[in-house]
Formats: sequence, C-alpha cells, structure tokens
Amino acid sequence: MTEIIEPIDKLEPLPDIGGVAQPLLQVDGLTKHFPVRGGLFAKSKTVRAVDNVSFAIAKGETVGIVGESGCGKSTTARLLMHLMERNSGDIIYDGRTVGRELSLRELRRGMQMVFQDSYASLNPRLTIEESIAFGPKVHGMAENASRALARELLGKVGLRPENFANRYPHEISGGQRQRVNIARALALSPRLVILDEAVSALDKSVEAQVLNLLVDLKREFGLTYLFISHDLNVVRYISDRVLVMYLGEVVELGPVDDVWDKPAHPYTRALLAAMPSSDPDNRTQVPPITGDPPNPIDPPSGCRFHTRCPFVEAVCSGESPKLSDIDAAGHQVACYMFIPGSGHSKAPPTGAVAP
Amino acid sequence: MSNLVEVRNLNIKFSGERTVHAVNDLSLTLGEGEVLGLLGESGSGKSVTLRALMRLLPKKRTQITGTVNVLGRDVLALDDEELSAFRGQTVSMIFQEPALALDPVYTIGQQIAESVMRHEGKSQADGMKRALEMLEVVRIPSAKRRLDAYPHEMSGGMRQRAMIALALACKPKILLADEPTTALDATVQIQILLLLRELQREFGMSIIFVTHDIGVAIEICDRVAVMYAGQIVEQGTLSQIVRSAVHPYPRGLLASTVHGAKRGARLETIPGTPPSLDKAPVNCSFAPRCSFAQPRCVEAPPPNVHMEGNRMARCILAEPAAVVV
Repeated sequence: MTEIIEPIDKLEPLPDIGGVAQPLLQVDGLTKHFPVRGGLFAKSKTVRAVDNVSFAIAKGETVGIVGESGCGKSTTARLLMHLMERNSGDIIYDGRTVGRELSLRELRRGMQMVFQDSYASLNPRLTIEESIAFGPKVHGMAENASRALARELLGKVGLRPENFANRYPHEISGGQRQRVNIARALALSPRLVILDEAVSALDKSVEAQVLNLLVDLKREFGLTYLFISHDLNVVRYISDRVLVMYLGEVVELGPVDDVWDKPAHPYTRALLAAMPSSDPDNRTQVPPITGDPPNPIDPPSGCRFHTRCPFVEAVCSGESPKLSDIDAAGHQVACYMFIPGSGHSKAPPTGAVAP
Repeated sequence: MSNLVEVRNLNIKFSGERTVHAVNDLSLTLGEGEVLGLLGESGSGKSVTLRALMRLLPKKRTQITGTVNVLGRDVLALDDEELSAFRGQTVSMIFQEPALALDPVYTIGQQIAESVMRHEGKSQADGMKRALEMLEVVRIPSAKRRLDAYPHEMSGGMRQRAMIALALACKPKILLADEPTTALDATVQIQILLLLRELQREFGMSIIFVTHDIGVAIEICDRVAVMYAGQIVEQGTLSQIVRSAVHPYPRGLLASTVHGAKRGARLETIPGTPPSLDKAPVNCSFAPRCSFAQPRCVEAPPPNVHMEGNRMARCILAEPAAVVV
C-alpha cells in the first residue's frame, strides 16, 4: 500500500547537521572512467574523465573549478549531482555520505545545478512558472503553494512574475532564461548550487547582470556555490577558493588570490598567461605553451602535464605526483618541483619545510 | 594608405517567417595591412556584415542595399563565375568551427590543393606542394604526415591551423575572420592569435576580425568598430576605444568587464537587453538602455559624428568633439 502524503505548503532547507566546521560538501577519490570501444581487433580504451578527485567546500564558500575542455570539470559536476554513475569515490553532504546516510531525494533537495545551455535545460512545453513549480510539487508541495513560490522566486531573480510567469522558454532572451534556471534551482531551497558554465553563453553586458544576481542571491539565501567556468576572470571575481583541473585531475588548489598571484603548477601558470591582455600597448608576445591539450583517452602516464611541460624531467613520467601543501593557507599543488626530495632538480631538499 | 575595402550605407534585411533588419546604414573602410576588429554581442550584425563582403548570405531571403567595394570592384554586382574566382583568391574567410567549415571526406592536403588548382590553374602535384608549404607556414608539426589527415583526425587547434592554411593558400589580399578562436581553449586561443598576427605581417594582408571578446580584439586589432543593433556605434584605433570610448555602449561594455573587478563588489552593468530588429531603427537603438539619453535621442537617429584622427561615433555625446570632414 502506498502511503498518502498530505501536500505541504513550505519546503524547509535541509537542517544544518555538522555545524560550521563540517564542510558542506566533501568529495573523496571521485573517479569516472568511460570505456571506449576499440575496433574489431583493437583493444578497448578508457577515457579517464575524472580521476581520483578530492576536495571540500565549506559552508557559505564559493569554490571555482577552472580548466580547458576535456579536463573533467563538467563531469565532476554531473557526478556530484548523480546525473551519472561514478566508478568510485565518496560524496559526503554535510557529514552524511550520499547513498548510505543521505538518500538521493534528500541530496537533490540540498544540492541543485544550473547548466550552460539555458534553452536545453528548460522543458519547452511548460510555462516558466510551471517549470519552477515542478520540483517543489515532486517533493510534496501543494499546487497553489508551489505556484506562489515560483512567482516569488521570479521576483527574486529580477523577472516580474506578471510579465513572465505564463511565458514559454522560447519567448524570452538567453539572459532571462538563465535567470529562470537560477530560480528553478532555488525552488527546493538548496544549500549548495552548482553553476556549470552558467554565464558562459551570455553576452558580456548580460553576464555582468547575472553575476551580480548570483552574488545577491548568495547573500540573501545563505548559499554555497560550486562555480565551474573556463573564464578565469569570472572565476576570480566570484570564487573564494579555486581548483585547477587538467585531464581529469586536480593539479592545483587554493585561495583564489594565492593561486592567481603565485601560481605554482606550470599548467596554472600557462593558463593564466594565456589570458588575452587588457592593455593595447602590452600585448602577449610569446604563447605560454604550445600544442593542444592531449586527448583524455589513455592520458600520459605520471604527471599528465609532462608532455607539454617546460620543466619536465625523468621523475615526471613515473608515478603521478600527489597534491601537496606548499603553504599554511591551504594552497596545494601536484607537481614534483614542490615536493621535497622528489628527485626533480627544482624540488626543495628532503626535510625542507614548506616556504 | 589606400582602402582595400569600402562599404557605404550597407543595409541588410532578411525576410521570410519574420523580418530582421540585421544591418542598418553601415559604412566602414579597411586599409592596406590593417587589422580591423568588428566587436559586438550576439545579434549585433557583425557576422552578417562579414558574410556580405563575400556574398555568402542566402540569395532568396536577403535584401542588400548600399555599396560594397573590394579592391575597386563592386562585390554586389559580381556574377556567379566572377564570385567564385573572387572568393578564396582575393578574399578568404575563416570560421569559428573548423570542423564544420572543412570537408570531412577529403584530406587536408586535397582540400588545399583543390583551392590552388582552381584559382591558380596549377597541377595536382603543385597543389600538394603548396599544401605542404602552407601547413609548415601555420606551424603544424610533422606537416608531411598531416597532409593525409582527415579533419576529424586532428585536434581543435590543429584544425583551426589547417583552416588558416587553406584560407591563405592562394595568398589573398584580405582575410575575413569570423570568431576563429571562440571555440578554442584558452591556451590554444592565444597561440592562434599570435600566429594570425605573425602571418598578417608576413603576408602583408589586411584582416577583418569579428569577435565578441574585447581581450581578443586587444591582442590582434589595429582599429576597432563597435557594433550594436546592426550599426557601427563607434570606431577608432584600438587604444582610443579601449581607453577613451565616447559612446555609452562601448563605455558600458568596458566598465562591465569582470577583469580586475574586486571580489563581491557590484559589477557595472548595462541594464536591459538589445532590441529585436524586426523594424528598421528610426532613432538611437541604444537609447532605452542609455543613462545619458535625452529626448532627441528617441526622436531622430543620432548624428554620425566625425572626430579627430579618423574617429567616429553615432552619439550626441560626441558632438562637442566633432570636426568637419
């Protein structure tokens, strides 16, 4: 017999369980490999899309993920949302392991996502109000209450409900659609919102509007963001801490200003140096790095960056380097040049204390 | 400096299911050896303008008025035969998505050779020789092997290099570039920009470079024309536009950039959204979003004000700096 649940009028956010010291999200050894079928006699290959990625997001923090296409940043987001199965790794939401102590249903209440393509992520047959109200209804909210909530949220994202509630996604502009997607993500009162290239498809003047909105909403609802983007300027503006990914691995992680001002990993340095200049009299003269990122199918052994790295030495192609602290502020890097006694000529001597 | 390209009062209207006034009264010039940037947001008419220079727009649904002169020839009057000689030899174009612009069933070498054979009447062998040269010019590693590669066998950056090689194979005087680095990763984008800059000097060609990214424009352009709602609202040298734009739209665009913005501080924004172009503009298209708008901005089209140093702005704010031409 199915249990009949009375519709409710309000969805409360998931309660804060672990307190301030407990990270809102903890990711441990997250791994996703896609098999690629080989030819008739060719051996099958593996795309190591995300390989042993670990990080934590504190409550109220904004963590950015940067990297080029194929580095696994979007796959990471999809694994966190459980939009695809992971091979291994633990996802711990506010102290509760997803799948064991926290059901998927509860996780979706606590974590929502905004995608890059604002049009593809809305149902074209639902009005904007219906799209926003859909999630709360699934989670047991009464019809009227969910519609009222949808209208309230439209107001919060800067769209007048009387003008927009009954329109369809194709009737509004890209910037407005992305505001709708943000409203929909907030409809379940999540505490963590994953923004996967959420402003990348928008024009510059609209991008600034949406970024302002995200900052406002974060303050108003006490949100925590995971902000994924290839645009380094945007990531620097919005993030507190940043993860740099390369071919499925985290190569550097730390407070955003530390990483920008003192990038340690040669890849991070190249990525930052590749940003177009903003000074007409001071153009880039030499490309910081040559070649394209390698194919993530069967990536290079050892440090995955060693094929493009200007400082490559024998040690780099052996074991892959571990993320190691380089200061006390939580700036970590996976590079043999920073691991004492690693055998790299630029590495500090064994026993040296991190500077 | 003589002008290779002269566009006067260009209007482009698309008809069909709905009417779009994509380009409205646009005039521009391109000098010898100059890189002109067309900067604008999506829907501002920058790509349409570029395509009109090569007559790539669908014939049936497009109405073009005005004059387009390239190397003294009236492009709008060319017949089909003349057009295909013109494309690729005098003017060449590179696109955002090389995977779509290259033919998937021919190797890179064959595609370049075909262009050389068609335009210069060379033999297949000579065409292949030129193809190899061109792949070396665009710094494709192990070029000889890449001649026999199909587009899908190459990475994004390599494909873009191959497309540049194809576009430059017949040494055109003018290269039209339609967001050629937008689909590329950051570390590859800068390589392609520097390559284009180098080739432009080496071949002495002129480039019109369409982009929505001010950073990209800064890396490659000499002069910039900022487009809004199918019109050039301001044009001048790169540093004039970046340092001291007059028109409120480029000023707003430059102010709203997140580059260097303080974390958490509010970003400057341009309120509202660009107009739909279903009617031809009868006043300043930017006025509804403009904080300096005056009654006369909505009453009549703004003046096209010429300023010192071949600089222009379509705005009443530029009037105090006007010079008589």
